[in-house]
Amino acid sequence: DQVLHIVPETFQQVQHLQHLCSTLPLDLWKPLLPEDIWAGEDLHIRVPASLVQEVKDSLDEHMISYKVLIPDVQELVDQSMPRERSSHRQVPEGYVYTQYHPMEEIYQWMIQIQKSNSELVTQHYLGKTIENQTMYYLQISQPSDKTKKIIWMDCGIHAREWISPAFCQWFVKEILQNYKSDPKIQRFLQNLDLYILPVLNIDGYMYSWEKDRLWRKNRSPHKNGTCYGTDLNRNFNSSWGSVGVSYNCSSAIFCGSGPESEPETRAVAEFIKSKKSDILCYLTIHSYGQYILTPYGSTTKPPSNSEELIHVAEKAAAALIGKYGTSYKVGSTSLILYNNSGSSRDWAHMIGIPFSYTFELRDKGTYGFVLPPDQIQPTCEETM
Amino acid sequence: DIDDVGHKYHLELVLEDVLDKDSTVNCTAEVLYHLGNKNSAPSVQFTLEEELKNTDEADNIFYNRIKSLEKELVAENIPDSHGNVSPEMEPVRLLAWVASGYVIWQNSTENTKFQLAQIKHVKQVKRSDEYLEFDYTILLHEMVSQEIIPWQMTVLWHPQHGVQVTQDSRQPKHASE
Repeated sequence: DQVLHIVPETFQQVQHLQHLCSTLPLDLWKPLLPEDIWAGEDLHIRVPASLVQEVKDSLDEHMISYKVLIPDVQELVDQSMPRERSSHRQVPEGYVYTQYHPMEEIYQWMIQIQKSNSELVTQHYLGKTIENQTMYYLQISQPSDKTKKIIWMDCGIHAREWISPAFCQWFVKEILQNYKSDPKIQRFLQNLDLYILPVLNIDGYMYSWEKDRLWRKNRSPHKNGTCYGTDLNRNFNSSWGSVGVSYNCSSAIFCGSGPESEPETRAVAEFIKSKKSDILCYLTIHSYGQYILTPYGSTTKPPSNSEELIHVAEKAAAALIGKYGTSYKVGSTSLILYNNSGSSRDWAHMIGIPFSYTFELRDKGTYGFVLPPDQIQPTCEETM
Repeated sequence: DIDDVGHKYHLELVLEDVLDKDSTVNCTAEVLYHLGNKNSAPSVQFTLEEELKNTDEADNIFYNRIKSLEKELVAENIPDSHGNVSPEMEPVRLLAWVASGYVIWQNSTENTKFQLAQIKHVKQVKRSDEYLEFDYTILLHEMVSQEIIPWQMTVLWHPQHGVQVTQDSRQPKHASE
C-alpha cells in the first residue's frame, strides 16, 4: 500500500478525486471525507497495493500531480509493531486478523480478498438490511465441472458477539493462505463449496461499534421509532414465537412481528431455500459459552439424525480441546442451554439440511462478549 | 425436590485460580432454592477441601497503590469495547468480579444465569478509616433473557477484612448510557 500526497489545483481535479474515492476502496487519511476535498488543500490518501497502478494511471490521465508520501505502508506498520508471520501473497497485506474491525474495514477486506484470490473467491450480493446496508457473502469454490455440495457459515447474527465475525474472517484467510500447501484443504474444496457470510446483522454490528457495545438485535424500528430491534435468531420460521421469546420490542429476545419479518432474515432464508438441496451443512457462529449446539431449541424431541449430529459434534469438540485445552459442551440447545424458538439453526434443519450447528465461541463469561483481542488467534485456531 | 421447602442441589466443583490456571481447589456445596419466596436468595453451604492460596503480597501492593493516589480513582468501561484492560485496572476488575458474585447470588433463581459483562463506571469514595470504598456501576448479562442489566454496587475492601457489598440496587435500563 502507498500513501499519496496530492494538492488538487482545479475543481475538475477535486471532482475526479472524489469520484475515485467513491468508486474504489481508497483510504482517505486527510481529509477524512471526500466532501472535504478542496482545491489548494493537502490530500493524503492510502491506496491499497493492488490499486496503486490503476490510481496513478488515472491521476496521470487527468493531469493530477502527486508525490509518494509513504512508499510502503506495511513497512512502517512492521516497524512500529513486530509481526509474527511474513506477508503472504494471497492475503491482503496489512490486514490484522488479531484485531476487531469495524464494518467499513470488513467491506474493504471482502473486496480485497476477492481481488487477491480471484481464482477461488467470488463476492455475492445477498440482500439489504433494514438500514439499507448491503449484505454480501463470499463463495470459496474450486473451478470444476461437477456441482458440489455446499457448507454455509454465517457470523455476526448478534451484534455484540464480535469474536464471531473475527472468526469468519480468520477462517477465510486460513483456507486461502493454506490452500496451495495443504492437501486436506485441496481435497475439501474438490468436493465442497464454502459460502461465508462474515456479518449477518450489519446494522447491529455497526451500532455496537458506535453507540452500544452490548447491543444484540438488529435495528428495525417499532412503535413509531420509540423502540428498536428484533432478535434475528428468534425471527426464523421454526416454531416461531412459541418459546424463549418476548413479544415486546424492548426485550433483547423480541422475535419480531412475524416469522421472517426482518429483511436480514429473509435475505438469508431465501438464499438458503434456493440452494437447500445442495447444502450439506449449516453453521452459525455466536459467542459466548463454549458450546456446539444441535437442534432443537424449541422442543426437547430429538431431530431424526440426532445420533449422527451429536457424534460429529463430539468429534469436533475433541479436536478443539486438543489445541489449547478449551472445552466445549455438546448437545441440543433445549437440553443444555435454554428453550428458544425461531433460531436459524433449527430452521435450517427443519427445511432439510442434515447438519446444522450453532457454535458458541469463547469464553465462559470471564470477559463474555468483550473478549480481548489477544484471544482472537487462539479462539480461531482451535475452532479451525 | 424437598416438599414445601424447595429444590436442593448437591454440587461437587473445582475452583480454579484466575491468576494461575494450574492452581485448583476441590469444593463441595449445597444450594437450596426456596419455594415460593422469590425475594430471598438461595441458601448456600460449602466446604473447601484445601486452603486457598495466600494473596497478602498482591493485596498489599494494590492496597498501598490506591491509598497513595493523590486523587480518588475514577474509570470507565472495563474492559473497553475491544476487551482490553490496562494492568493498573486489573485488580479493580477482579474486585468488581468478586463483588458482583454477591449481587448475582442475591438475585439468582433456578431460571437465571448471570455473568458480569462490563464495568461501566467506577469511582473511589474517600474514607477516613482504613477501608477502600468503590462505587461501581456494572452491567450484568442474564443468559436466559439475554438482557443487559445495569446495577449499582458500593464495595468495601481491605486486605485483612475482605470484600463487602454494603449497598446495591438494580438500575433502570438507560442508566448506563
